[in-house]
Amino acid sequence: MIKVLIFLVTIVFIAQVVRIFEIGNIVSKTKNEISDKSNHINGIFLLIAGIGLIVFFLWQRAEWMDQTLPIAASEHGPIIDTLWDTTMGLIIIVFFLLTPMLFGIAFLFRGKEGKKASYITHNNRLEFFWTAIPAVVLLVLISYGLNVWGKIVNQDTSDAIVIEIYAKQFGWSARYAGEDNQLGRADVRFVGGKNELGVISESTKNTQIETLEKKIAKLQREIKNSINPAEIKLKSKRIETLIKKKKTLTTYFLTTSEEKLSAADDDIVTKELHLPVGKKVLFKFRSQDVIHSAYLPHFRVQMNCVPGTTTQFAFTPTITTEEMKKEVENELFEYVLLCNKICGNAHYNMQMKVVVETENEYETWLNTQKKIVNL
Amino acid sequence: MSEHGHHKENFFSKYVFSLDHKMISKQFLITGMFMGVIAMVMSALFRIQLANPGESNPILSTFLGRWAEGGVMSPDIYLSLVTIHGTIMVFFVLTGGLSGTFANLLLPLQVGARDMASGFLNLLSYWFFFASCVVMIISLFVQSGPASAGWTIYPPLSAVPAAISGSGLGMTLWLVSMTLFIVSSLLGGLNYIVTVLNLRTEGMSMTRLPLTVWALLVTAILGVLSFPVLLSAALLLVFDRSFGTSFFLSDILVQGEVLSHAGGNPILFQHLFWFLGHPEVYIVLLPALGLTSEIIATCSRKPIFGYRAMIGSILAIAFLSFIVWGHHMFITGMNPFLGSVFVFTTLLIAIPSAIKVFNYIATLWRGNLQFTPAMLFSIGLVSTFITGGLTGLILGDSALDINVHDTYFVVAHFHIVMGLSAIFGMLAGVYHWFPRMYGRLMNLKLGYIHFWGTFICAYGTFFPMHFLGMAGLPRRYYSNTAFPMFDNLLDINEVVSFFAIAGALIQVIFFFNFFYSIFRGPESPKNPWKSNTLEWTAPVARIHGNWPGKIPSVHRWAYDYSKPGMDDDFVSQITPLKDGETEEH
Repeated sequence: MIKVLIFLVTIVFIAQVVRIFEIGNIVSKTKNEISDKSNHINGIFLLIAGIGLIVFFLWQRAEWMDQTLPIAASEHGPIIDTLWDTTMGLIIIVFFLLTPMLFGIAFLFRGKEGKKASYITHNNRLEFFWTAIPAVVLLVLISYGLNVWGKIVNQDTSDAIVIEIYAKQFGWSARYAGEDNQLGRADVRFVGGKNELGVISESTKNTQIETLEKKIAKLQREIKNSINPAEIKLKSKRIETLIKKKKTLTTYFLTTSEEKLSAADDDIVTKELHLPVGKKVLFKFRSQDVIHSAYLPHFRVQMNCVPGTTTQFAFTPTITTEEMKKEVENELFEYVLLCNKICGNAHYNMQMKVVVETENEYETWLNTQKKIVNL
Repeated sequence: MSEHGHHKENFFSKYVFSLDHKMISKQFLITGMFMGVIAMVMSALFRIQLANPGESNPILSTFLGRWAEGGVMSPDIYLSLVTIHGTIMVFFVLTGGLSGTFANLLLPLQVGARDMASGFLNLLSYWFFFASCVVMIISLFVQSGPASAGWTIYPPLSAVPAAISGSGLGMTLWLVSMTLFIVSSLLGGLNYIVTVLNLRTEGMSMTRLPLTVWALLVTAILGVLSFPVLLSAALLLVFDRSFGTSFFLSDILVQGEVLSHAGGNPILFQHLFWFLGHPEVYIVLLPALGLTSEIIATCSRKPIFGYRAMIGSILAIAFLSFIVWGHHMFITGMNPFLGSVFVFTTLLIAIPSAIKVFNYIATLWRGNLQFTPAMLFSIGLVSTFITGGLTGLILGDSALDINVHDTYFVVAHFHIVMGLSAIFGMLAGVYHWFPRMYGRLMNLKLGYIHFWGTFICAYGTFFPMHFLGMAGLPRRYYSNTAFPMFDNLLDINEVVSFFAIAGALIQVIFFFNFFYSIFRGPESPKNPWKSNTLEWTAPVARIHGNWPGKIPSVHRWAYDYSKPGMDDDFVSQITPLKDGETEEH
């Protein structure tokens, strides 16, 4: 209520200021017609604006360009960067041509009393040229772009290291496929306890069913000891859903082949992403709740994680973390995987540390991590 | 619709439930401006947060109350603010406000009709728009907060209240509001199309139409073809949210609870959304380009260059806009081949866009330019269209999009090419047609101050964002403090916030000028800009039916400015051809 009052008082106050200082009179007494003078002044301002935009652009480049991303740390990264530089170069040339042209022409032909404009309706030859030239340039740009796109998406991944990137509000996990380089099946319905990613494996099979049975038994005991009819009703219902779940589980295990079930046993789940330098990796992305986007800006890699489906991206890291620290002259530099699709209130802090290291270091690190079968 | 007797009008029938297109256009404009102020204040609030992350600010607690305890904005309300800012700007200001205002004002007047084809549908169109605005504003005040899944409301985030509090009642109201908005837009659009096709006056062939009419007609067609798809997406989302269906949801575990949805696909929603969403960009942009074409020709005292090429490029842009939606989805895991197709179609749009830019510049060449505020905003539009359009070459290229998708580079691109261009076009339109709406002139000097302030702040706000994007900063981040790699970007953010807030404050000059001039502005002559089009031949007095007596017939195109052999430097469309004079364009 007080805020409404303050608002009204402000309005009245502004109205009084307008009245007392006769702003209205000042406004209505100023000359309200386009004149040679106003055209001249605005023309000069337009010229300054045209030059100013170019200067502003150059100033920003000088000031901020070193804060943009450093050189690409992946095999396909430089290809993207070359395409970027080519396109950006073209854009800057066109910007440098058209902006001064627009504002310069506006300045040059600023209106004067008694001047007459030329009656020009069209010019077929000119129009043909400025349609054909962009068309040719764009066709070149399109084929160049598609060529690069093809190189990135059509990689031979038969010998790539398979790693699952798993997203949930608000954190990441990585799952390494282990010695068989095959990820075991997983399903959100199996998430629980230590099995954070819902991996279905031979070893989790019995524990899963046992936990369910224990829960059911516990509820049944509680019902026996209870006299509250509402509580009994609630708990029987709960038992029903648990039994249903157990049924689904059993069918699941029956329909999943032994081979697939055991594929999960040597999977390794980690909270940090380590990658061997110079080796191709194939990321498989999964999400358990909403859409996230796995963004690795230093490697020029990004792919959405979509609940209900798996997406993928293959690339080869080429620069280790240590080398990159020297490159950017920053001892604290770390690669990072960040979330780049709005996913909830802690979206701005959803990250995972990424370490690129030599193959030996990578193997050593991986051996210290626990396999799923040992969890 | 032909002959109008003089009705007795009371306050309600004249100002509230009016059937008159001129009054309805004012209603759209004022409502759009009101919504625009809300969205602008929101942007100022989240810019305060981004420049001073986590610092206490009394302005935030004043506006946001319990959402900013101790003056520190909460992440929840930050996401709500960016969501509602986007929604209001795209739909309520630049679709409803822009098309609603100028299609209503200009279509009947410029084609020579007494009113819209159906005055009643037109009234309904405004009141559905009004209702949707009211629902959207109500949604700001619900307990669990307004919608906060981004203006693109991708499920599952928008479908599961457990994932984000804004997806509760706030999201329901958002969907209700949007449904009302779509109804309004469809009623309006059908009316505009029928009016242009059926109610043109004698002699007004399609190739004599002003480009404003062409642009508004094509915009209406785009809206009628694409908005129903958004409606279907919204309805399916309502089913998923409230009735347990699984169109977009599958295998979801939120807060320890596995949802029963199975078999849906969230990407389907994105296909449906962007099937509207991309034409929507041109629904916003084309009217602005149409207004600009008219203003640049009039104020250059010169015919628009390449009239037929302009029509052709409007049609080409409209057609292509329906087959490019996938460029918003390159990294959703969509089949890479499909991505290639969308790269091809997307980059093709640059050709008609380039043609338009060259034609604008050629129109200025050897003109006698009269720098009214409307003309300045139009030149500003061409500039932002160039600057923002060019970066589209990067975002439309799937390989490059991998690295800047959803970063500030995208924010910079679409704010400049769509936001600024459309707002500049809308402001140009308001300055230019204000005399036609209210019979008075707006103050020129205040207009100049407004333009130069807005122009500088607009570029100051959005140009630096390219560099934030090239540093890899994702959009919709509540704060950049969680990543060491973004620490040194704070000074760029401060520059952006300074210009954003200054730019918002400068709009006060415009609002003062606008409302003061409605009541106190000097009276305008009948044709203040010495324009050729039909709307300036009708009396300024607010009468039903636009022209007393017979509707004038049209004898020439709209752009005979400075034609050799004529007395004046303009020739109204109603002037018959002289002996031996030919019509060539």
